Amino acid sequence: MARFVLRRALQSAVVLIGVTLVVFLLLQLVPGDPVRVALGTRFDQETYDALRERAGLDQPLPVQYASYLGHALTGDLGVSFRTGQPVSQIVLERLPATLSLAVTAVLFALLVAFPLGIVAAVRSGSAVDHAARVFSQFGVSVPDFWMGIMGILLFAGVLGWLPPSGYVALTEDPGRWATHVALPAVTVGLVAASILTRFIRSSVLEVLSADYVRTAEAKGLRNRVVIVRHVLRNALIPVVTVVAVQLASLLGGVIVIEVLFAWPGIGRLTFDAVQARDYPVLQGAVLLVAALFLLVNLLVDILYARLDPRITVK
Amino acid sequence: MSATTESTGRRVLDALRRDPLAVGGTIVLVLLVVVGVAGPWLAPAGVNDVDVDQMLRPPSGAHPFGTDELGRDVLSRVLVAARVSLQVGAVSVGIALVAGVTLGLFAGYYRGWLDSILMRCMDVLFAFPVLLLAVAIVAVLGPGLLTAMVAIGVVYTPIFARITRAGVLSVREQVFVRAAVSIGASDLRIMRRHVLPNIAAPLIVQTSLSLAFAILSEAALSFLGLGIQPPAPAWGRMLFDGRGFVTDAWWLGVFPGAAIFLTVLAFNLVGDALRDVLDPRQLTLAEARRSTP
Repeated sequence: MARFVLRRALQSAVVLIGVTLVVFLLLQLVPGDPVRVALGTRFDQETYDALRERAGLDQPLPVQYASYLGHALTGDLGVSFRTGQPVSQIVLERLPATLSLAVTAVLFALLVAFPLGIVAAVRSGSAVDHAARVFSQFGVSVPDFWMGIMGILLFAGVLGWLPPSGYVALTEDPGRWATHVALPAVTVGLVAASILTRFIRSSVLEVLSADYVRTAEAKGLRNRVVIVRHVLRNALIPVVTVVAVQLASLLGGVIVIEVLFAWPGIGRLTFDAVQARDYPVLQGAVLLVAALFLLVNLLVDILYARLDPRITVK
Repeated sequence: MSATTESTGRRVLDALRRDPLAVGGTIVLVLLVVVGVAGPWLAPAGVNDVDVDQMLRPPSGAHPFGTDELGRDVLSRVLVAARVSLQVGAVSVGIALVAGVTLGLFAGYYRGWLDSILMRCMDVLFAFPVLLLAVAIVAVLGPGLLTAMVAIGVVYTPIFARITRAGVLSVREQVFVRAAVSIGASDLRIMRRHVLPNIAAPLIVQTSLSLAFAILSEAALSFLGLGIQPPAPAWGRMLFDGRGFVTDAWWLGVFPGAAIFLTVLAFNLVGDALRDVLDPRQLTLAEARRSTP
């Protein structure tokens, strides 16, 4: 197990270095001089020189990358071209908003997907099963931002139950946070739930046909005991991976929803950085998200290996 | 056409014909292609015909999908925007298919250090949420139709590379490949004539499903203002422009979104049906990897 963890950690570290290279090269892809592009018409030679020097753009490319990597390892992701603030500080300030939205959305998704996926598999071919399949197909096909707009139209416009957008920190006022997070979390949560439902259904169906389940039934165990003790315990192991992928995706992939609901998270920050051509902030946000994505995947692989020892053998 | 290819093609057609959802999806796709090609002629009004006297008018006989904040006919814009979505979907998936299959073929066929390097590169691309990487690429290259297509193509390349490599690894051990090697066939010929046709099934399925995801990604990029630039119509952009008026003018939110949904649904239904026939084991890669746009 220790060897497995070490091997996976090393693989993740190698990929992370590759990620820093891609993020670093993003700045090199900007046509022309990125500092000039970012400053636009507010051109001021002194600011320009300072930013170029601070970003290390006057150095050869390998030196620039070595410097970027070295600084990134110590948590220094440069300064914003716009505000001059440290990028790591700007990015970390936005993390709680994204985290609260992503976790709420995944919890909602689990709340919907678990009962629906399990019942659909156990009662395969029933009305619930058909409903689950329609729901899954709907979820993977609907643009979440369209569902968000429809949610705003219904719950904010017609019914007036929820605010159409905005953010209140959980620590500031949990009640108002809940009303503000409800629409964006349900919007992205429903899409995640549809993917999870499909996966849970097929995973449970697969285990239901296993020999040990037939043995358990032949022993005369009650249906409920067979499902809970034998089926779910095995069927839900691979589900851990999908839940984690969903969580990791939501941590960095809810740009559109954060823009739609004016939610001041990493996604909104990325969008604002794109609009302002603030490339260091864009690089910082992308790097943080990719690193989180890798970390979550690494933790899940380790957890998965703990739950299913066959993984380490493979 | 060989007998095997013909029988596979017939099997696929028969299976699609028997699946009512796949038939529905195919009909929608055919209609979409017709609209994509003939959209500008089918549109009852010009897509950029501004009419300030007709601003935010609800659906009516003159404007079946209503008008937008500039008095433009929403139906006409929805029809013409179909071409953009289909174009971006086809070109970006084409880029991902060509790049991914080439990389996967070489990695799986030659293995060794080339395989390690190429697949680690794919791992790196996989470490980014799809939309985030697409946004970053478009942000640095500049917004527009071409960059959106390239960006979406790049982010979907690793999926094709992995599927191809997995297929090649199993096919290259088959007797017919070893026989081709023994008679002195070149590597490129073996890959083209013997390996590629035998790994086509999962690639066809992935292409169909990726078209759905690519169209969703394009809509998301357009929504963020990073796709095709105004005043050219795009479904995502129409939703973005209309979001501020949606509580007063529901039609600005409903129709462009419904167009995206129907298109993606049609590709997914056909993709699922193809998967059931061609490659029933390929279930979760795209589903698990799909990030929320």
